[in-house]
Amino acid sequence: MNGKRILVVDDGMTVRMFCRAVLEGDGFGVEEADNGVEGIERALASKFDLLLVDINMPKMDGYEMIRQVRGDPGLQSVPVVAISTEAADGDITRAYEAGANFYMVKPVKPGELAEAARLLTGVRAP
Amino acid sequence: MDAILAARADGAAGTLTRQEYARFCEFFHRHTGIHFNEQKRYFVERRLVDRIAATGSDGFRDYFGLVRFQASGEERQHLVNAMTVNETYFFREDYQFAALTGGVLPLLARGRAADDPIRIWSLPCATGEEPYSIAIAILEQWEQADSFGIEILGSDIDSKVLAEARQGVYGERSLMRLPHSLRARYFSRLADGQFRLDPGIRGSIDFAPVNVVDPRSMAGYRGMDVIFCRNMLIYFDDLSRRQAVEAMYECMSPGGFIFLGHSESMSRMTSLFLPCKVGDVVAYRKPPCGE
Amino acid sequence: MPLVRAASRQSGEPAPTAIRDRDALAEALHGGSPAERREAARGLAASPQSAGALCARLGAEPDASVRSVILTSLMGQRSQAAVAALLPCLRSEDAALRNAAIEALQAMPEVLEPHVDGLLADPDSDVRIFAVNVLAALPHARVPRWLEGVVRADGHVNVCAAAADALAGAGDEGAVPALAALPARFPGEPFIAFAASVAIRRIRGL
Repeated sequence: MNGKRILVVDDGMTVRMFCRAVLEGDGFGVEEADNGVEGIERALASKFDLLLVDINMPKMDGYEMIRQVRGDPGLQSVPVVAISTEAADGDITRAYEAGANFYMVKPVKPGELAEAARLLTGVRAP
Repeated sequence: MDAILAARADGAAGTLTRQEYARFCEFFHRHTGIHFNEQKRYFVERRLVDRIAATGSDGFRDYFGLVRFQASGEERQHLVNAMTVNETYFFREDYQFAALTGGVLPLLARGRAADDPIRIWSLPCATGEEPYSIAIAILEQWEQADSFGIEILGSDIDSKVLAEARQGVYGERSLMRLPHSLRARYFSRLADGQFRLDPGIRGSIDFAPVNVVDPRSMAGYRGMDVIFCRNMLIYFDDLSRRQAVEAMYECMSPGGFIFLGHSESMSRMTSLFLPCKVGDVVAYRKPPCGE
Repeated sequence: MPLVRAASRQSGEPAPTAIRDRDALAEALHGGSPAERREAARGLAASPQSAGALCARLGAEPDASVRSVILTSLMGQRSQAAVAALLPCLRSEDAALRNAAIEALQAMPEVLEPHVDGLLADPDSDVRIFAVNVLAALPHARVPRWLEGVVRADGHVNVCAAAADALAGAGDEGAVPALAALPARFPGEPFIAFAASVAIRRIRGL
């Protein structure tokens, strides 16, 4: 365990499971949420070193969740990776404007995810 | 060997496989926000066996298909009722009352004129334990209580329980979580062994019937600062739940707070009310700029 | 004693608001305060002919509480007109609007049914993904078959990924062969193999 904790927010159960498998394999602690509202609840309930946030989710999408997180004094500096099925420039720009630090396109690649997680949480590569 | 056979037994025999249990829990969480873990397995399986029998389903898989794909959602409703336990008593989930007096009320009091009453709504109030608990908690725990007028309203669709609430008479079971000092201070013992709440507090709560999905019924409630809506919304179908949440939004002052039951979550229902931390407790808030 | 009997609640029937016709309500969707627009949207819930007007406002309405009431009204209608008004929202650039449309469509399984095949055959892969998202929580008996068809034949990796994920919750034994064949259709995508395998295990209860 490297002592860092990541919140995976995605409405797809298999996406959450996959990210968990990759990140736990790298020693991260992982928690899950399945939409933006639950994501905010979890992010408020305990401290995370990274938020992984899907864009398309019911109740509250990823853009809105990221904006809310950035507007909260306690959460505004947590690193955020936006993940989405979309690769259009407009979507990427929107994610950065909402306050994401990084953007990944699905399907999630294990190596890319692990590297981004290590980079953004300051964990040294093994 | 028996363990393996048990693990592979289908739902009709009363046991779910690990994957079936996981599949059910994922669905149930998505639908209600309630998390069942391994410890709850016996509880869940027993109730599933009941529902499988009640619907004449041919085992768990057949039943699960009914729950997932039935357009009317009728069995989903039965399932939620079966899986949730609902008891009312004084100081139930009292950490929320602590959050009220320790966090929410001080925040609402900031910059507030003394003649601007603070309105707290218990909905549903059932037989009154919740609004009376709120009253006692405020009198006991909020130092600034004397500086403001505090209106506590209790509403329920069932006028029978409202009549009971107005009586303010409770048995031992209802009072079990109330410290004895508070029982002594606020209740008097009756001849039949029950307890009657202090008439001053009884008289200060406004009890009235309300139908939360009827806009005309809700129209008389405005300017609410705090709503306790615990263990009600979870029993609604999706459409009624939206109507109820939107009606409560209409009733609330900007920046007002909502408390749900401890296993409930707005994340199943809406993003109109944003999660916020009050101490260790998650409550939800109408945006302060929300009209 | 600080506890005060509420004087603020109006007892008895509140004064009825003026009964306005459909056109007046449709117009009131556009001006005034959010509270007035919410009232207009609520008033239009009972007129299926207003589906177009409600949905048109959805795209332009800045206030989340008004959008919510508009959606509730559309969801309550469960009409062909409501579906027809909501389907184009799946093509919107606005993620919040798309997701709202997805939720609303999930509330009308029977009226949505005739449109599903068309959505799953849409040339835009994003629309097909959103259609799969609708199916993932749609209470309709044909869902496993629709999703199975996607996994069997759709050419886009993320459409198939979404369908495999949905089948983990909604799939049945009939979908297993298509799921088993899925990794070979997208070699080099570890997520696809993972999702297919999870879906099969969940379906089989293994």
